[in-house]
Amino acid sequence: MNDNAPGSVATAPARRRLPRRRAGGSSLDPHEKRRALLLVSPAMIALAIVIGYPVVRAIWMSFQADQHVENGFFVQGGFAGLDNYKHWLLQRCGDVACPPGSTGSSFWEVVGITLFFTVVTVSIELVLGFWFAMIMNGKFRGRGLVRAAVLIPWAIPTAVTAKLWYFIFSYDGIVNHLFGAHVIWFGDKWAARSAIIVSDVWKTTPFMALLILAGLQLISDDVYEAAKVDGASAVQRFWSITVPLVKPAVVVALLFRTLDVLRMYDLPQIMTGGGAGDGNDTTTLSILVINETRNGFNSAAALSTITFLIVFGVAFLFIKFLGASATGAEPKAKR
Amino acid sequence: MRHLRTATSLVALSLVTVPLAACGGGGGGGGTSNDAFKQHLTDRGPITYVQGKVNDNATHAIIAQWNKLHPDEKVTLKEQTDEADQQHDDLVRNFDAKNADYDVVSVDLVWTAEFAAKGYLQPLTGDLAIDTDGLLDSAVKGAQYNGTQYAAPTTSDGGMLYYRKDLVKTPPTTWKELFDDCKIAKQAHIDCYAGQFNKYEGLTVNASEAINGAGGSIVDKDGKTPTVDSPEAAAGLQVLVDGFKNGDIPKSAITYTEEEGRSAFESGKLLFLRNWPYVYGLAASEASSKVKGKFDVAPLPGLDGVGASTLGGHNTAISAYSDNKATAIDFVKFLQSADIQKEYMEKGSLAPIRAEVYKDPALVKKYPYLPTLLTSIENAVARPITPYYQAVTKAIQDNAYAALKGSKTSKEAVKDMAAAIQAASSGQ
Repeated sequence: MNDNAPGSVATAPARRRLPRRRAGGSSLDPHEKRRALLLVSPAMIALAIVIGYPVVRAIWMSFQADQHVENGFFVQGGFAGLDNYKHWLLQRCGDVACPPGSTGSSFWEVVGITLFFTVVTVSIELVLGFWFAMIMNGKFRGRGLVRAAVLIPWAIPTAVTAKLWYFIFSYDGIVNHLFGAHVIWFGDKWAARSAIIVSDVWKTTPFMALLILAGLQLISDDVYEAAKVDGASAVQRFWSITVPLVKPAVVVALLFRTLDVLRMYDLPQIMTGGGAGDGNDTTTLSILVINETRNGFNSAAALSTITFLIVFGVAFLFIKFLGASATGAEPKAKR
Repeated sequence: MRHLRTATSLVALSLVTVPLAACGGGGGGGGTSNDAFKQHLTDRGPITYVQGKVNDNATHAIIAQWNKLHPDEKVTLKEQTDEADQQHDDLVRNFDAKNADYDVVSVDLVWTAEFAAKGYLQPLTGDLAIDTDGLLDSAVKGAQYNGTQYAAPTTSDGGMLYYRKDLVKTPPTTWKELFDDCKIAKQAHIDCYAGQFNKYEGLTVNASEAINGAGGSIVDKDGKTPTVDSPEAAAGLQVLVDGFKNGDIPKSAITYTEEEGRSAFESGKLLFLRNWPYVYGLAASEASSKVKGKFDVAPLPGLDGVGASTLGGHNTAISAYSDNKATAIDFVKFLQSADIQKEYMEKGSLAPIRAEVYKDPALVKKYPYLPTLLTSIENAVARPITPYYQAVTKAIQDNAYAALKGSKTSKEAVKDMAAAIQAASSGQ
């Protein structure tokens, strides 16, 4: 997945490098080539151990059947073909459709919930993060303090955040007191989802804001001054200068956040345990994976492989569409 | 540039995605196991005893006693977290790794079958057999799997009905009587009844009690064939559904675990509460309790007569991989002895597994609920005994919860429950 790494490590000017790459990078003499390989090999080996092995192992496990009981004892399941994937994607439990109350029956619902959380939280975070970044980018007294203050939610460990919001949204909690409401936040489907969304937005908007702030700071004041001289209004300056120039940073922030939410586990696990509504209405894919490990590691491996592919697919789309156009529009794109 | 970006993004992506995939690790082991069953049967030496976080005043003292008596075979206590799921997973990890440091382990009743079927637990047969004379029958059966004793019962547990004796003169014995008494709650402007209805193991316990108390059953005697799709079971579940519907059970009770219910009862906001014996001591003594001297306990209600509690409690088992099994079995027997059982009760409020202890006059004086608890445990029904318990309990919880929420009828719920238990116990 990173065979480009050797080429990219060399910091030759882009113009010289392009034709070289087309020729397969063969302009290095064999001696240089061997040394380059030697230099990157420790990194490659480390990556193979910490990334390659678990991925391959999980995929291998996903094609094995879980242990089952024979004569009272669990025995190894053997090769299962696509059965574990059928269990999730087609919701087949053996020869029958998975009945309600089995993990398999909730798969598509859980995919929907995960995507729902992703779209909603990332959208809200993008808008708020952009706003925060604009504020922090301004010049005013106490700017350092504001920047530090905005960072605090992000610096708090997620587990602590989750517990904090758990207390805030509990039935006797401050939210109900403040609004004189009697909402059972973790009982109702939409109340529970809103609580989780609020907590997640609170916690990760700073991250978004910081990445966008970094992008904003790369935009030179000259550009704005020139626009002002040409008579561009504040709105025009925002849409024609700020937005296109900050886009690469925003795309990176969006990508990271999207991947994060797709794998969200701790926040809903601690706040609702994946419950609410009809009982599984805040279960994300990662929570389902953990729940399934108690039934069997191999079917859980299949589910985590599916999750992996979903996350990978979304990331690919991001890089392919948003990333590509960002690079095209921004010749000096720094990453 | 573009390739560089793609490459680095993909690497970054892999870094964030991999931990997920890596969750799948482990999962080996198992099989009929176990040559380990034949090893170290007569060996003696220091051992480790593993249990969940100690929150009673008995365990440390009991281990200290043993260590004083057996200086060469000392027991070291290893405490796990106080979360049941984490305790379960910790045990699985260590057994899977054949860790010889986990000699004697405290096993929740409902995990016993799973661990036995995985070959983790040393069968208590031959030289390691325990004397079950004088032990409560239900507790002994709860430590068996496929007719073999795989663990020794150590503490038992049963649900009881806590009621406000200042408001209710004679405690109800049936659901009808209980809900008739709800008018008293209305007059006093408090809620009527609550149990554990959040979607977790507590719901399995409460739903099973409702079903068993109405003459239904969850599974057959074999511990796995579902029998829950019956009119009786549906009627039992319907009692709770109706309670939620007409407000006799407060809406917030859908989020209750043991502690939320206890706090509602102790603050005087609840007329009836189904809970475990540990509440008794706390409600009678805690400074924040407003019901001191105003409550008592009764057996759980049923549809037409006294109901059936779900059996709780812990077994003590010996790891198949222990190096000192002779010491281990001695320690297990020590925990079962009458004196220690008394101490568990006296200092830790942990329900004994010996009937005689419940009748000990000194103890009954201190814990007036003991006779009620004995009735409860003697009539208790075990939860399904199956190696696939995790999936079976989910089948019960998910469907009971949906019924309580009103999104499916009791009839549909028990039908789905049966189908899901069937799928779960065939390992799907």
